[in-house]
Amino acid sequence: MLYISVPLGKLVRRVSRLRGGGSALPGLVVEKIDPGFMQRTLATLPHGVAVVSGTNGKTTTTKMVVELLESQGLKVFTNRTGSNFTRGVAAALLGEVDWRGRLKADVAVLELDEAHAVHFVNRVPPRYSLLLNVLRDQLDRFGEIDKTAQLLEHIAGKTTGTVVLNREDPRVARIADTLAGQDVQYFGLDDSLLSMFPNDDDMRAAPGSPGPAALPGKPPADVVLRKVGPDTADFEYDGVTVTTGMKLRGVYNIFNAAAALALARSICGSGAAAADHAALLTALSRVEPAFGRGESLVVDGQPLDLVLVKNPSGFRLGLKSFPAGGYATMIAVNDNYADGRDMSWLWDVEFESLRDGGVDQLTGSRAYDMALRLQYDDVRIGAVQTDIAPALAAFIREGSGRPKRIFCTYTAMLAIRRELSKITTVEVVS
Amino acid sequence: MTAESTGTGQDSKGTIRVLQLYPRDMNIYGDWGNALVLKQRIYWHGYTPELLEYNVGDEFPADVDLIVGGGGQDSGQLVIQDDLHSQAAVLSRLAEDGTPMLVICGLYQLFGRFFKTRLGTVIPGIGVLDVETHGTEERLIGNVKVATEEFGEVLGYENHSGQTTLGAGVRPLGTTAKGTGNNSSDGLEGARYKNVVASYLHGSLLPKNPAIADFLIRTAAERRFGTFEPGNPDDRFAVLAREHAARRPR
Repeated sequence: MLYISVPLGKLVRRVSRLRGGGSALPGLVVEKIDPGFMQRTLATLPHGVAVVSGTNGKTTTTKMVVELLESQGLKVFTNRTGSNFTRGVAAALLGEVDWRGRLKADVAVLELDEAHAVHFVNRVPPRYSLLLNVLRDQLDRFGEIDKTAQLLEHIAGKTTGTVVLNREDPRVARIADTLAGQDVQYFGLDDSLLSMFPNDDDMRAAPGSPGPAALPGKPPADVVLRKVGPDTADFEYDGVTVTTGMKLRGVYNIFNAAAALALARSICGSGAAAADHAALLTALSRVEPAFGRGESLVVDGQPLDLVLVKNPSGFRLGLKSFPAGGYATMIAVNDNYADGRDMSWLWDVEFESLRDGGVDQLTGSRAYDMALRLQYDDVRIGAVQTDIAPALAAFIREGSGRPKRIFCTYTAMLAIRRELSKITTVEVVS
Repeated sequence: MTAESTGTGQDSKGTIRVLQLYPRDMNIYGDWGNALVLKQRIYWHGYTPELLEYNVGDEFPADVDLIVGGGGQDSGQLVIQDDLHSQAAVLSRLAEDGTPMLVICGLYQLFGRFFKTRLGTVIPGIGVLDVETHGTEERLIGNVKVATEEFGEVLGYENHSGQTTLGAGVRPLGTTAKGTGNNSSDGLEGARYKNVVASYLHGSLLPKNPAIADFLIRTAAERRFGTFEPGNPDDRFAVLAREHAARRPR
């Protein structure tokens, strides 16, 4: 069985590719006939497996970790967007192994959805895990955010080497208390940046208050994000603060760069001797945002930012990170399963920052929920229509000569990219 | 306790004081939306809203016209439980007096007689409402449509694993036309007692159900000023948001 599973799985993969099918089927086939395939293959990697999980920013962070490790000369196996579950990992492995089932890589960096990660780590205990945050996300799927924190705790508990935690997210930082044998490292924020990161607990703590105060007695962090400039960031590690250029936009993406740096340092070994820091920083400065996450396109000679928003904290961060001044603004809210069906979250975001310029177009299946939300924050509304294509066309037509920004939920973003690719050249990730 | 008032750019018909219960710990499903809708509609009706907060350990404010309280997750409910019991007498008296109140999900359960967890632990409620809740393995999640006599069709979103049954002392808010509501067996949603409206529905509830918001405001105004002179809020987006929401899948 063992000898035929890989060739058979690869064959299924080829056939399903020819038919234009999804990525999970070959994974399913190989998992069925050879349940040990994934563990066996990943066990051969000299640097082991690193799992990246959390509710927000997994894709961009994983991409950064991969590029950081590649800058150190490591060959990295990773899973691509949309296959962040066990079967997807198996399918991605099939694409990379040779016909005898050997994976030519030094380390695997896997983005795993927090619910699926639990099943994965039960079968393949990772050597490293990076746990980003627990923001309210898709409550319809998991029920409650404390439940999500428990899922991350489980991942940390199964980790055999180093667990890298977000020092500023209380639900994540607390996981350290439950760990015994693992090495724990943190990534953190300068106190001056804390107010940019409201967490769900502070959401209604005190209206108008500046945000979470620095907690006393925080553990020292391996990497701290000290400052964010228009296209630079200051990171502190090993007692030194370094400034580096950044292509990534949005302070939350840059905080995730600190997370990626901390994980990369754990894998390569920290300290002056181990990692090549000049190469790490060069790689970091070159990282482009992952698909649809705070990326900037050019339409009609004007920049167009797509800002993915999927939960209240993310939307608040998006509004804070990308000031509205001078921009034409559109908001696209869908309520498909991948977006979350519950619209309550829109009411936990404050939209006062859009009052001056208003919002030019509202679209998506819940465009009128969004309109109602803006009405209650006294934000001027241009046009509302649920169909995304005509709304986008009108937005581009009427906003000609101005930079543009679209805040969109996940499936709305997919639809917008599809439409944009008809108008402009947009990188399409398969 | 903090207070927040909207500036008066109009001749006010009077001040209506709205108290949010535990916004710090029970805030997770858009509960702010209900408070915001009350605040803005009070203003649009020509009155001056004053928004007060009551959090754990605060002094309970006197002279409250309307009370609104939200969902919150299990950890939030644990934090507020003892404090809520310390205010049980005040809240019961206000409810008996006819103070309009809206309690959603978690506070709906805690306003009842008790919540019995799956493991059999009985968490006493404050008994304002004659209802009891039993924790289950099953999570009731999705869009909900409720037919009500008082407020017409009510639309919202439920997400709970506690199942609530009504006693003889309360009426249901309505019967579910889509979704489950109080529990997975009797087809009823929410509870009504005097001027207390209790419901499992988020969404948030009030933005897309302005009839309930206006009932609470009307009652508050009538109790304080003897009459309610409504203004003319623009509900075109509410009407359209309701139409579109009603067509969305469970």
